[in-house]
Amino acid sequence: MSSSSPAPASVSAVADGLRAVGYLPGESTALVAYLATKLGKPVLVEGPAGVGKTELAKALAKLLDRELVRLQCYEGLDEAKALYEWNYRKQLLRIQAEADGAGWEQVQEDIFGEDFLLARPLMSAIASERPVVLLIDEIDKTDQEFEAMLLEVLSDFQISIPELGRVESRTHPVVLLTSNNSRELTEALKRRCLYLWLDYPELEHELEIVRLHAPDLPETVARRLVEVIGMVRELDLKKPPSIAESIDWARALLLLGADDIDEETFTDTMSVIVKHRTDMDLVAERVGLKLRAPADAV
Amino acid sequence: MPSERVPDVPGGFAARLLELGEELRREGVAIGTSELLDAFAVLREIEWTELQDFREALAATLAKSQEDRRVFELVFERFFFRAVELAAAREGVRELEDGAAGSLDLDDLTDEELEALRAQIAAALRDGSEGAMRDLARMAIAAFARRQEGSGVIGVDVQRIRRALGLRAEPQPELPPSDPRRAGLPREALRRFEALLRRELERAQIERTGSLPPARPLGDLDRALPSGPLQDLAAVHRVVAQLRRRLATQGLQARGHRRHAHVDFRRTMRASLQTGGVPVVLKYRPRRPRRPEIYVLCDVSTSVTSASVFFLSVLHALHDSFRKMRSFVFIERISEVTDIFERERNFKAVSERIGSDAGVADISGYTDYGRVWSELLELIGEDLHPRATVIVLGDARTNGRDPREDIFARIAARAGRTFWLNPEPRLYWNYGDSVIAAYEQHCVAFECWTTSQLEDFVRALARPGMAMAR
Repeated sequence: MSSSSPAPASVSAVADGLRAVGYLPGESTALVAYLATKLGKPVLVEGPAGVGKTELAKALAKLLDRELVRLQCYEGLDEAKALYEWNYRKQLLRIQAEADGAGWEQVQEDIFGEDFLLARPLMSAIASERPVVLLIDEIDKTDQEFEAMLLEVLSDFQISIPELGRVESRTHPVVLLTSNNSRELTEALKRRCLYLWLDYPELEHELEIVRLHAPDLPETVARRLVEVIGMVRELDLKKPPSIAESIDWARALLLLGADDIDEETFTDTMSVIVKHRTDMDLVAERVGLKLRAPADAV
Repeated sequence: MPSERVPDVPGGFAARLLELGEELRREGVAIGTSELLDAFAVLREIEWTELQDFREALAATLAKSQEDRRVFELVFERFFFRAVELAAAREGVRELEDGAAGSLDLDDLTDEELEALRAQIAAALRDGSEGAMRDLARMAIAAFARRQEGSGVIGVDVQRIRRALGLRAEPQPELPPSDPRRAGLPREALRRFEALLRRELERAQIERTGSLPPARPLGDLDRALPSGPLQDLAAVHRVVAQLRRRLATQGLQARGHRRHAHVDFRRTMRASLQTGGVPVVLKYRPRRPRRPEIYVLCDVSTSVTSASVFFLSVLHALHDSFRKMRSFVFIERISEVTDIFERERNFKAVSERIGSDAGVADISGYTDYGRVWSELLELIGEDLHPRATVIVLGDARTNGRDPREDIFARIAARAGRTFWLNPEPRLYWNYGDSVIAAYEQHCVAFECWTTSQLEDFVRALARPGMAMAR
């Protein structure tokens, strides 16, 4: 493991470092991040949408002072878009330029050189001179074949190209895979990873996060906001509000200059945190009512 | 770079860790040798003195899914608790003597003091402070042991103490407003407190007897479908959330079988421009996932109510994945309850409404399958077609009446797919008055009493091409 960036020496150093770059890690998050840098194993991060899985990778890159290489997965993603592709236009030009004169053998050797290789995210992460943080986002969106292809990259940090041979990593990337758990990943992939489950944070933790991102919001409003978000998450919603939405809401309230969350402000700004028609009715009915109750009591 | 061998780990401990792995395997967590090696590797990197870090580090390497994680927590707790107690029993370390010194005054506990203890515990639960809860659990046990209310059976004692303390998740409006129990206590904290009580009672029992009780496997109980009258709403939410996410991507799974793909002519021609008008690359029309039309029929007689209502709730929560869904409940006759689910989203309210409004039990309250089939055929017989799916949830216990599988066969013949979900373990099928074998000839029967079985079923349901599986 030859890393030019300073590797954090302890779990608390990672926790403090992540804090310093604006990411408030939970207890296990810092620990697993530390183990990932130490052991050089990929981390599989699972959890509901919007709990900061992708943010964690960005924060880690900042902390370790490395470049972040991101591979966004989607259905139908294939090797050509994830690993490498031959730049066939350039190859064609080369063949045409040498059309007469050079023999077949020589041209063939020429056009399958590194010059004609288009590096895609995985390839550039592996081949990079400086160590990087590689983020493979939403791995569950791809199909199993792609997962199988990843195995070589993840366990040996190398890529085999039939025409060229093996490209081995010069440095050791920190790899994070995120998944929304929309399908079960294969055992083989899981075996190669450390596992981290990120869930909605505890009340105090979320309050801290909101305060960090919207420091001008009054303390009381922030606390109320987090409590209301907690209430909303309790309901059976299509899409429960995530941390990202709490932050958005905090910013919205800040813009509006709200000094308390009562029923009216809530119904006005509810659309920031609830994004489904049917959910809105339910939330308005259940939470709106609760917000009114204490006001009557006073 | 640490060395590859593990010489710095004391031999005794390595064995312990392997035992833990073994125990996890017994509970169905897939742990390979590579996971264990990883576990040793991470333990080199962290301080062992921090319980939190120690556990998280092991969890990160050994438990690779949320479900596994849950099992891991349970096994970890049990394993190290037992290991510590075993060592204590062997060394003759006891803590009751000096531990009791602090709570001796509980002997002559007045009612006011007991009330104060109650309030303290309720407050600790509301604030969710783990340390305070542990101390209070011990005090509560001591207090109630002195009052000679212990039965000796741990499970019973835990419930007795909880009741005596008046700890409930539901709001208790009759209490004064200052009482933290008034608004209801958080379910999660309540569960933790019960776990603490149980553990302290176990500890006391081990100290008394000087030996460990036999290890009890977690068993399927911890993973079974909620079936008690006090349904665990959280469990419903968990299953539904999981299923919904899985189903959202179900359509993609069918992509592998491309046998009947249709060529998209326009896109093929456009793509052919790159190859000078020769259609080298064929483009296919995307296959639309099949969204089944579902008719669910649920037995709600007392023996299976909870499982059925739970199942119905899950299906209705998944409503988006189905084109059309109608549900019926039956005991002696059948009654449609589709509306109830459309109006009510609260699981508890639904089961109450079904109990009060459905009007399915006529006289005897015993299931009459023969009558149910003929009524169903009358109601939906016209609507059934080869793309429809009929699901029956019931234990197929006829109470000695005629099963009338001939009518059932006619229903099954008209529908495209027919499934039977039996909430009883397969072991009990066809014993007593269960006649599932008669129906099984006409449908695919599933055993369905744990959440994972339910999940398997819903997955099969949403997958096209399952129709011919029988």
